Amino acid sequence: MERLHSLWQTLLATSVDVLPIAAVLLTFQLLVLRRRIANLPQVLMGFLFVLIGLTFFLEGLEKALFPLGKLMAQQLTDPDFIAPPDHLGSPTWQHYSWVYLFAFAIGFATTIAEPSLLAVAMKARQVSGGSIQPWGLRVAVALGVAIGITLGVFRIVTGTPLHYYIIAGYVVVLTQTWFAPRSIIALAYDSGGVTTSTVTVPLVAALGLGLASHIPGRNPMLDGFGLIAFASLFPIMTVLGYAQLGEFSRHRLERLPQEDNPDESDP
Amino acid sequence: MNTLLGQMATSLLDSLRDLTPIFLVIGVFQLLVLRQPLPDVLNLAWGMLLVLLGLSLFVQGLKLGLFPIGESLALSFAAKGSVTWLFLFAFALGFGTTVAEPALIAIADETARVAATGGWIEDKEVVRRDYANGLRYTVALSVGFAVMLGVLRILRGWPLQNLIILGYLGVVIMTVFAPKEIVGIAYDSGGVTTSTITVPLVTALGVGLASCIEGRNPMTDGFGLIALASLTPMIFVMAYGTLM
Repeated sequence: MERLHSLWQTLLATSVDVLPIAAVLLTFQLLVLRRRIANLPQVLMGFLFVLIGLTFFLEGLEKALFPLGKLMAQQLTDPDFIAPPDHLGSPTWQHYSWVYLFAFAIGFATTIAEPSLLAVAMKARQVSGGSIQPWGLRVAVALGVAIGITLGVFRIVTGTPLHYYIIAGYVVVLTQTWFAPRSIIALAYDSGGVTTSTVTVPLVAALGLGLASHIPGRNPMLDGFGLIAFASLFPIMTVLGYAQLGEFSRHRLERLPQEDNPDESDP
Repeated sequence: MNTLLGQMATSLLDSLRDLTPIFLVIGVFQLLVLRQPLPDVLNLAWGMLLVLLGLSLFVQGLKLGLFPIGESLALSFAAKGSVTWLFLFAFALGFGTTVAEPALIAIADETARVAATGGWIEDKEVVRRDYANGLRYTVALSVGFAVMLGVLRILRGWPLQNLIILGYLGVVIMTVFAPKEIVGIAYDSGGVTTSTITVPLVTALGVGLASCIEGRNPMTDGFGLIALASLTPMIFVMAYGTLM
């Protein structure tokens, strides 16, 4: 009964959340293009599904994904778990190896199965003329997310400022952009945003906030955020790197005698 | 009705595939590494069931209702030739899709809770709700702006990396001025915005537009809208934090 009541509350809040998108689409369809909506019953049914689905999802987040992320963070940073009982003094960053491993595993696992990544990977093969294989791209992106989240967790553990890492990351991305084949750049930049899926985001955010509230000396407001930023930045690097590798090996196969700019020799 | 049920089943399987790796990783860590029982298993299982059902229904609903309208609208506006309407539509599409993004709703609420606990804002239901909504609308505004900018880029044929470099500069400059407490949230909001609803609709607009304009390659010019949409929220949210 309590569960139903809480679901009902979420449904009411969600209806308000979904109104703007419905309003935007209807306004443009009916007032600007002045066209009737094809297949109206199906569209209405779709909106109903969106509403109910979003309600269930948000309620499930509150009941499962957020608590789970925080619980894992709490258990992994438990003083009894990370340090042997005879250990004296407070733990340093070397003691959190299971946290890093968990971050890497959760980053890799959630990304490799991501459906929207599969679609991007197919398009990448077309753009690159076969030098980028879907499976290779998926591994590249998943590795990028895994490394990103691991580094992000390391940052939370050490409490170093987030913007140093992100700005350093920007410099690396820009340097890589300079050398990467032109056709892949937009796709690589997009892959950063695409990878952080609806399920990954809340779980990873909860992990970060949980870590920041359980590691001594950390403040959730200052240190808890940033994991998602890492997870969207690092895939750009790995995808650009992967594209360069593909380009490089293709050139070596073709045995080009002159050392010219790779994108100029593109067909 | 049969096809609908079939689609529902496929969508459910897709969501299950999306969630299985997460269950596996958490399961392995709970059983082998932590060796601690999960408290409140019943509520966790109920929540997971809701996530699974909710995600499937949501995606199915998008395919039935939102995507067909959104895509046909995006294509009509791309082909219509009126630049003013195209910009207006681009902005509205970015704004509307982001406001309804599930991950953003969840993160905004959670951020408000953290801010309230940390004493950054008053710990009252109304204040928290206002803060979460303010954050959401700021992000939505910035995505609307980004999609508009991306459309302008496609029309003009500007190289994407120039805009990205400008954006990175903007982020760095804003970081200097913004209060420390907002930086992490701002950086995260870039990645949060672009998931279930925004990506397919915005990509449809970009690719549709690039294929309507002569001399543009839909593969290289059509992409890049998402990249801009993950960059501008950082700048806008930091501005919001500075002004508040």
